[in-house]
Amino acid sequence: MMRLELVKRPQRSALFSALSPFIAFALTIIAGAIMFALLGVNPLTAFRIYFIEPISQVWQLHELAIKAAPLILIAVGLSVCYKANIWNIGAEGQFVFGAIFGSAIPVLFPQFEGPLVLPLMLLLGMVGGAAYAAIPALLKTRFNTNEILTSLMLVYVAQLFLDWLVRGPWRDPQGHGFPQTIQFGDSSVLPELMPDAGRANWGFVFALVAAVLIWILMSRMLKGFEVRVLGSSPRAGRFAGFGLNRMVFFAFLLSGALAGLAGISEVSGAIGQLQPVISPGYGFTAIIVAFLGRLNPLGIIAAGLVLALTYLGGEAVQSALGISDKVARVFQGMLLFFVLGCDTLIHYRIRLIGLALTKQEGAAKLEATPKLKEAR
Amino acid sequence: MDITVNILLTIATAATPLLIAAIGELVVERSGVLNLGVEGMMIMGAVGGFGAGYLTGSPWIGLLAAIAMGAVFSLLFAVMTLSLATNQVATGLSLTLLGLGLSGMIGTSFVGQPGVRLPNLDIPGLSSIPVVGKLLFGQDPIFYISIALTAAVMWFLFKTRTGLTLRSIGDSHASAHALGIKVIRYRYLSVIFGGACAGLAGGHLSLVYTPQWVENMSAGRGWIALALVVFASWRPWRVLAGAYIFGAVWIGQLHAQAFGIPVPSQMLSSLPYLATVVVLVLISRNKRLTMMNTPASLGQPFVPDR
Repeated sequence: MMRLELVKRPQRSALFSALSPFIAFALTIIAGAIMFALLGVNPLTAFRIYFIEPISQVWQLHELAIKAAPLILIAVGLSVCYKANIWNIGAEGQFVFGAIFGSAIPVLFPQFEGPLVLPLMLLLGMVGGAAYAAIPALLKTRFNTNEILTSLMLVYVAQLFLDWLVRGPWRDPQGHGFPQTIQFGDSSVLPELMPDAGRANWGFVFALVAAVLIWILMSRMLKGFEVRVLGSSPRAGRFAGFGLNRMVFFAFLLSGALAGLAGISEVSGAIGQLQPVISPGYGFTAIIVAFLGRLNPLGIIAAGLVLALTYLGGEAVQSALGISDKVARVFQGMLLFFVLGCDTLIHYRIRLIGLALTKQEGAAKLEATPKLKEAR
Repeated sequence: MDITVNILLTIATAATPLLIAAIGELVVERSGVLNLGVEGMMIMGAVGGFGAGYLTGSPWIGLLAAIAMGAVFSLLFAVMTLSLATNQVATGLSLTLLGLGLSGMIGTSFVGQPGVRLPNLDIPGLSSIPVVGKLLFGQDPIFYISIALTAAVMWFLFKTRTGLTLRSIGDSHASAHALGIKVIRYRYLSVIFGGACAGLAGGHLSLVYTPQWVENMSAGRGWIALALVVFASWRPWRVLAGAYIFGAVWIGQLHAQAFGIPVPSQMLSSLPYLATVVVLVLISRNKRLTMMNTPASLGQPFVPDR
């Protein structure tokens, strides 16, 4: 019989703090190899198709950037929430509402064109995401309602609302009955960065800028300090005069706005119209990105690229090996598991001990300390 | 009259998975652990139950497989949060994400296949009593399990010494540990019990409710079960009441859609989720009462010192 024992480190280990994402990734690869072997596929072949082939050409790197952009945008916002110990897990819904708000201009006023259209759409997208995120924030601050459950429930509501819009009032009348809006006009489409090389659009730039700005906010500004203090000790934060309720709103509005920006960027960039489903679970995968990036905006950029690759790899193994692209979800889930597990190493040493051995150890200790023996 | 009975029967069918999953989570939370992975364990139970039933042809083996699947899957959460002291919120979320992905992958070949259904109880004579016969003696076996489970958990938590110990761990793991209670062992068993319940709830979905495999067929029921526990202030009989209220909302919106009420079907479909939000707001408005009811060490990691 073996037993795990955690021994608290005197201070957090800088070594494991840096290493933990890499250990987690290595463990995911090992677990993934076992999984592929169980599915009857040579793991080496599978990994080549999963992790290397999807990024071996320039246009594929553009696809990677397209997938990474929403993940990074959402995850940097979530990282602020999680640092403050506020659990917004409804980014998927805020993403959808950002997309809906921003799309209102090209769908309702298609004749409105010019250079102002796109900035307005992006702004509206942020407003939409923030407004939707304000609901759980309001319920938490006013009525003390658990934000985890409310923000998640609102995801289902948002998805159903989008479904109704594109099948009902916003459906393209010339769309042969397909549940989708009209194609956005030229001035409502997010431009591609290098149209000759690939499809990557400005969304990726937004993501990088947001990550850097949030990094500055968190590491160089008082607000970032406030987030960290309230997150690790609300009591200390209260003494310092930081308001918890204000922080709830700040974190939700910020992460909601970024998720909304991701939503409208995705719709006006990669998709070009509203459809019943506009996200392959970006809002949930971004939670993994945030943790894999150690809640650090710069780490999140790297983590976002890794998770984007899991999406591309999933599509690749589906077409090449006939394995369900759900394999991407499995990889993502395992990665988060291993990251969380490895993070334990930062604060604790792990000792594996047999039960029998501990008894011997205990007896030996008893022998070695005469006082204790006397006390017995 | 027949219509009323039929509606009551469908409400019971819709409420049963919510009730079972919520009762399991209630025990887990009473021991001080917050497992947000209910949705993931439930969907794993659903796919395991369907798969075993489909491959063996026996819904009973499916039922056992669903329970086992949920329990084994919850063990993953237990090792992480209890032995490695990881953040419970994040770990629970990852359990849900992993479960949704894994079930989708396992279930790829099950899509569109005919499933097996657990037969309804049918006691000759009793089941044909008008009105109450069907309701009391003609339902699916899991319905009876759910009621028995609720009663058993009620008795266990409030009438047995072990139940008292479990509740004390949930209220203060440090004190319980100081008294020599094996906090981690109790919590392991609670989490596994919760997983088995969630798996059983999932099995109900794929072996009774809609005997087939559809991806994401749990449709947020695991999350609603979590909300039910809060709604019930961690009391079993209130979970029972809450589950039936939500079952009624769920069935009500389906009937409203079928009757062609001039309201968009999506709006009706979102009612259970909106109802959850509203109910949570109503129940948590009184801050002091919430604090009194919530197990005091809920969600906090515990590392025993030696």
